[in-house]
Amino acid sequence: MAMADKPTAATAAKEATDDAPIIRVRDLSVGYGGVALLEHVTFDVRRGEILVILGGSGSGKSTLLKHMIGLDEPIAGSVLIDGDDIVTATGDARRAILRRIGVMYQSGALFGSMTLAENVRLPLEEYTDLTSAEIELIARMKLSLVGLALFTGHLPAEVSGGMQKRAAIARAMALDPMILFLDEPSAGLDPITSAELDALIKRLSRNLGVTFVVVTHELPSIFSIADRVIMIDRRTKGIIAEGDPRKLRDESPDPWVRQFFNREATPVAA
Amino acid sequence: MATLAISDAADGRRVLALSGRLDANSIRRVWAEGRQAIAAVPERRVVVDAANVDYCDGAGVALLVDLIAQRKAGDVQVANLAPKFEALLQQFEVQEVERDQDPPARRRSGIEEVGVLAAGVASDIRDQIVFVGETTAALGYALLHPSTVRWKDVWRICEQVGANALPIVALISFLLGVILAFQSAIPMRRFGAEIFVADLIGLAMLRELGPLMTAILLAGRSGAAFAAEIGTMTVNQEVDALTTMGLDPVRFLVTPRIIAALLMTPLLTLFADLISLLGGAMTLQSFSIPFVTFVHEVEAIVDYSDFMAGFVKSFVFAILIAGIGCLRGLQTAAGASAVGDATTRAVVSGIVLLVAVDGMFAFLYYLLDI
Repeated sequence: MAMADKPTAATAAKEATDDAPIIRVRDLSVGYGGVALLEHVTFDVRRGEILVILGGSGSGKSTLLKHMIGLDEPIAGSVLIDGDDIVTATGDARRAILRRIGVMYQSGALFGSMTLAENVRLPLEEYTDLTSAEIELIARMKLSLVGLALFTGHLPAEVSGGMQKRAAIARAMALDPMILFLDEPSAGLDPITSAELDALIKRLSRNLGVTFVVVTHELPSIFSIADRVIMIDRRTKGIIAEGDPRKLRDESPDPWVRQFFNREATPVAA
Repeated sequence: MATLAISDAADGRRVLALSGRLDANSIRRVWAEGRQAIAAVPERRVVVDAANVDYCDGAGVALLVDLIAQRKAGDVQVANLAPKFEALLQQFEVQEVERDQDPPARRRSGIEEVGVLAAGVASDIRDQIVFVGETTAALGYALLHPSTVRWKDVWRICEQVGANALPIVALISFLLGVILAFQSAIPMRRFGAEIFVADLIGLAMLRELGPLMTAILLAGRSGAAFAAEIGTMTVNQEVDALTTMGLDPVRFLVTPRIIAALLMTPLLTLFADLISLLGGAMTLQSFSIPFVTFVHEVEAIVDYSDFMAGFVKSFVFAILIAGIGCLRGLQTAAGASAVGDATTRAVVSGIVLLVAVDGMFAFLYYLLDI
């Protein structure tokens, strides 16, 4: 059955005109076992924007993402998705928030007992009242978008890791959510597929106003897709840089940020 | 909400005017109506007028693609779609997405199924023979070179297989003793022969049920755990990593588990024997047979060979449980469900083998008059 939170004409109009940030992260402190990885992180994501979260290995990028999608409970703070706090929401309210987002996990996280098409069909079957044939067509189109039209009937174990990742993106897009969270989408993909994925992200953002929050290390992808980046750092447990990636690369006062964007190794003593 | 207005133009074309929001939650009705409207005029061209479409996401594009695909190329055209939505529509080759390019494989015939099944069984038997050979070689090597055994792993697995299994073994054995005593004491009381229930429990538990029930419990508990643990390692390519490091997975993973099972299964069998006798003795107290009498009766009827008959079996059972658990783990295919399959196969084939081998022991003991 379709959810009660179907977009109405009013919400559609709101989408077109509302300049308010679609995600507001406020004073968010996250970590595990009482040990904070990030403290008092505050930032906004604008509607239709492609925001890339950057940082060194172990800086807490994926942890931050998991808290933004409500998988983990933060130590403190709030994450407002289109005005609703995913941290405190429960039951139907939480389900309504989750209906508005799509997530692609780093490993793909496809259901191993289902074919790629069945993986994409699942959210459509659960959240819409379309017929099986209509859902089948949508699933095929989503998989075609990521170049998997010839593999719809394959199980995840029968395709490569990169193909699993592409199928996971198709599943995340199944319901055409307002916000897509992508954790390392390009990692493990060949350069052509990676570039095609970047083009797809930009097309969905420009044409449908889909907001993207992307965690990635791939510099070509960052420069290709990012409207804005935020860079987090373990030493300061917070955001150390924010803005246009090219400007940060060329003009950041922080040498580590410039080093990161220029892909330079830390000098070692001879 | 999406709406559809159907009209006929002066030039004979049918016009389907879509308006509103085309997304997964709003297009169900207009999708069916659109298809019907096109099917109703098979000889005429159709124009889908999208001038008043406010929003069109992936599901809306799927609707347009499906309407276009209702006829041969060019007969259904989409007009006046906003450029940003047109760009989404242009991503798709209609004929390509309308047809399933990866249809399910043809179902095998019954004869093919039988053939595939037989080949699978033959392959499995071959794998088991190879595995028995590799394991025997690895155990022989461990015996000759004890320092090469990863004893730290052995003690850890001993704790999992032995100490952690004590509560469940105690519970089942005690209940078995109680049930056996109670169910046999009731009919035997009619003949005044309750005292012989002690003989029955002593012989049945020590020779047969103690070792067998303990082994079945361990097959369900530890055999499954071995299969799941090694299966997950196989899926995560940890076994491949061992191989490429030049380390034999059988020596590294199987040997410690078989040694741990060999050390713990006989001890658990002894424990199960004692607890089941205790359960039987406590039950017979309610039939006016004191504890001392029960012990004397068991001592009189159960001799050393009866005890050893059961005890020796527990060593063989240990090798079967650990071996089959490890083998199924190493045979795990890819994917999360494969680990579940490996675990199931470990338990099922473990129990089948235990029962079969127990039957062989019974026959052997009969021949040897033990």
